[in-house]
Order: sequence, then structure tokens, then C-alpha cells
Amino acid sequence: MSPAQRTIPAPPVNLETKPFWDAAADGKLLVKRCEACGERHYYPRAICPFCGSDRTAWLEASGRGTIYSYSVFRRVPVPYAIAYVTLEEGPTVMTNIVDGDLDAIRIGQRVRVRFMPTDGGPPVPMFAPA
Amino acid sequence: MTIKGKAYIAGVFEHPTRKADETSLAQLHAEVAHGALQDAGLTKADVDGYFCSGDAPGLGGLSMADYMGLKVRHIDTTETGGSSYVVHVGHAAEAIAAGKCNVALITLAGRPRAEGMATGTAPRNYGAAAPDVAFEFPFGPTVVNQYAMAAMRHMHQYGTTSAQLAWIKVAASQHAQHNPHALLRDVVTVDEVVSSPMVADPLHRLDCCVITDGGGAIVVARPEIARALKRPRVRVLGAGEAVKHQAGGKIDLTYTAAVWSGPAAFAEAGVRPADVKYVSIYDSFTITVLITLEDLGFCDKGQGGKFVSDGNLISGVGRLPFNTDGGGLCNNHPANRGGLTKVVEAVRQLRGEAHPAVQVKSCDVALAHGTGGSLATRHGSATLIMERES
Repeated sequence: MSPAQRTIPAPPVNLETKPFWDAAADGKLLVKRCEACGERHYYPRAICPFCGSDRTAWLEASGRGTIYSYSVFRRVPVPYAIAYVTLEEGPTVMTNIVDGDLDAIRIGQRVRVRFMPTDGGPPVPMFAPA
Repeated sequence: MTIKGKAYIAGVFEHPTRKADETSLAQLHAEVAHGALQDAGLTKADVDGYFCSGDAPGLGGLSMADYMGLKVRHIDTTETGGSSYVVHVGHAAEAIAAGKCNVALITLAGRPRAEGMATGTAPRNYGAAAPDVAFEFPFGPTVVNQYAMAAMRHMHQYGTTSAQLAWIKVAASQHAQHNPHALLRDVVTVDEVVSSPMVADPLHRLDCCVITDGGGAIVVARPEIARALKRPRVRVLGAGEAVKHQAGGKIDLTYTAAVWSGPAAFAEAGVRPADVKYVSIYDSFTITVLITLEDLGFCDKGQGGKFVSDGNLISGVGRLPFNTDGGGLCNNHPANRGGLTKVVEAVRQLRGEAHPAVQVKSCDVALAHGTGGSLATRHGSATLIMERES
């Protein structure tokens, strides 16, 4: 099933998150790392949610992760899989699992980022079986 | 400071309607307010504190105070989704204990059915300024598929099954058959739940609560006032509230903020889970109940599936009767917010005014719990413990 059948709404972009979306347009997945406490976080913020420092920096992620949990939403014209994927870098992110049999998705499955186009905005990071 | 014994639930009311085509939202708020005040034996003139959540029409309770003609010296519009009203009872008790008001009125109303809202199945969007929205909304997070992810993880980690979750709906339906106002009064079986259509894996249609219009209200009063009334006395023993979120990406879907709100409420009340004779647990979905019962300490983490099975939540059958009005799963889920009606049924039980078929014998201590937001990620939990004063 092609995910293109589902229209993906454009993410609203602001100054705080613009570098993330610019990188997404280049096919790169960024997370934030705090230079004060060393923690990595997602979704990205200017202010570290762990220690409150404003010394946060962008870090390019490998794009590899494993499925922490998921659910296939059936009550829509085009069923889709929402998921939480735990990145190799640590943070767990909300996403969709695409490009595979929805019924074959499993917790613990290894996945790799795949940027998917949105309706008039930057692409968003979804994940496909690795 | 403690609130223990410093405030009483003097009046409660649950609107009988389940579809309010011809009643405005403001009118529903006023109708439930009137009902709860009448139940208490008080009047609007006695109210000097008002509580509602962010979904009340107008700005922060001002329009409601205006519409109803309330003269208040204390107002609180804390918004934690469906758990707001359980929080409000605790806050009302605090305000009364601190001398900020004498009689607090809490109202909830909504018309999601009349307005044709796609309540659980449309992606949630709280606006572009919500910091999470860009990183979540494109992926289609709805109420049901987010709760479903918690259920999926619980099954993976603890071996919980759909049949075990189904027992929660079965218990609710056993109770709802006795409630003439319940939206769904048919008793269902485990097989019927697990063979109902899949909405979002692993939650079936019958794992989901109903969508209804209506509302409810609660009146919380100072002890001297409550003791002068003619109604059975229900004393607030303890309350706890807590927020859990995604912790910067350290996500754990297996527990809720009830692991913090519960112990706080139990400590303040001076009781233990074993002392509780009846629980009202917000049941947006079956999984909400299962995880909450674990988090509140009624069973060990991971043992919720076993605990709810074989009718353990059915009044007169199991060890821990729950949601004897049929709960959100069968009776009522006004405004898509279940916290208020949870308090109402707990008060009925403590007063001995539940339906005779579901009334818990010697019900002296009861607990009401709300979960608002997205289960186990961004949500607020609230726990309230009350006792009957003989």
C-alpha cells in the first residue's frame, strides 16, 4: 500500500524548529543534544527538557531505530500505522511505519528513516523496515 | 496543609440526556448546576466558588458565571482534559480549607453527538503553537490509536490479551443493564468484544467508550455547611494529581501519572488500596482501566490482565466493583470527558444510592480516578478518595 494515498498534513514550521525541517528537506534526521547535561531529546526544543539549559545543539541521527510500539488504524479509507520508534541515538519518536505489509509490523522490528512528502510543507520522517 | 476532612461532596448530578440536539452548551452547564445544587439542598446564592475546564464556552469560566449569574470569589479553570473535574474536587477542597470559598460548584457539559464530532478517530490538533504538533500531527495521532499503542506495548511486555481487556467491557455492561439512562444497556460477552470490528490494533470497537452529550455537576462544601444539609455526608479524604509526558523522548507507555497521583491521594487519606470498597476508573478505553488499576496499586504492574478477568470488577461478583453506572464504556461520556461522572457514581455508592442491583454493601471508602490527554504520554492523572461519614 502506497502511503501517498494518504495526504500528510504539512508540519507548522517556526524559527525554533526551522533547522530540523531544512535538514529534513535534505533527507537528514536531526535530534537535539544538550551541551550542558549531555542528554539527547526529541521533539527538538531550544531549551533542554532535562536540565533547562539553552545550550542545545543539532545532532544528525543515523536514521536507524527499532519499533517501540505501533497501532494500525483501520477505521479510515487508507489504513495506516502510527508508531513510536526508538532511535539509535536514544530518543523515541512518533512516526508512521510505511512501505511494508501493515500486518507484518512488530514491536522490536528494525526500521530506517524515510522522508515522505507533505501537503505543501517540508517532508516528515517516517520509517520503513530496515 | 491537608484537605482531609475539610470539605464534603454535598451534591452531585448527571444529566439524563445522551443527545442534546435542542439544548445549547451554556444551557447544559446551567441545568447540571441546578441539578447538583438541588441534590445538595443549596441554591445558586450559596455558591461562591466556580470550577470548569477549558472547554466551557467563553473565556475561563467568565461566560458561565455570567450566564448563570454566579457571584464568586474563587475561580479555577484547570484544564487536564477528562481528568479536570477530579482535579477540580481536590482544588475545591483546598480552596475551602484555605478559606477562599464555602460552596464550590463544578460543571461539565458537551454536545459532541449533536455537533457530529469525529471524537476518537480524527487526528487531534491543538493548534500550530502547540510545540509538539509539527512532530506528531502529520502522523495521524487520534485518541484511539494513541491509547492503542499503550495497549500494544502492554501486551508485548506483559502478555496481556484482548480477552483480558474485554472483561473490563463485560463488567461495565453487566452494570449498565440496570441503568435506565445508559446509552448501551445490552450485556456483552468476552467473545462479542474481541470479535467486534478492529478500530486501531489491538483495540476493538467494544474496547472504546461511547460518545454522548450531556454533562454533570458537583457541589463541594465546607463541613459546617455540609453537616446542616439533609443528604448523606460524603467526606473528601485525599486527592492527588500529576502530569506525565514524553520526557524528552524517554517514552514508556506502560504506566501513567497515576503512579504519582495515587500514592499522594492514599497518603493524604490515610487508607490503602485494600480499604477501598468501590472504584470509579475513567474508562475511555479498556486499556485505560487496566493500566490505571496497576498504577494505583490494586495489583502488581503487569498483572492487570489477570486482575480484571473472570468478573473481578463486577459488583456482587468480584473483589473490586468498578463503574457501577456502566461507566464511559456503556453509560455516558459527556463532552468526551469522563472524570466528572466518575465522581458522581462514587458518591452514589457512598450514599447507598446506586442501583440496588449494583450497590456495594457497606461501601464506606471509594476512589474516583481520571486520566486526561493521551494515555501514558502527555496526560494528567487525578485521584480522589472519599468516605461516607456515619
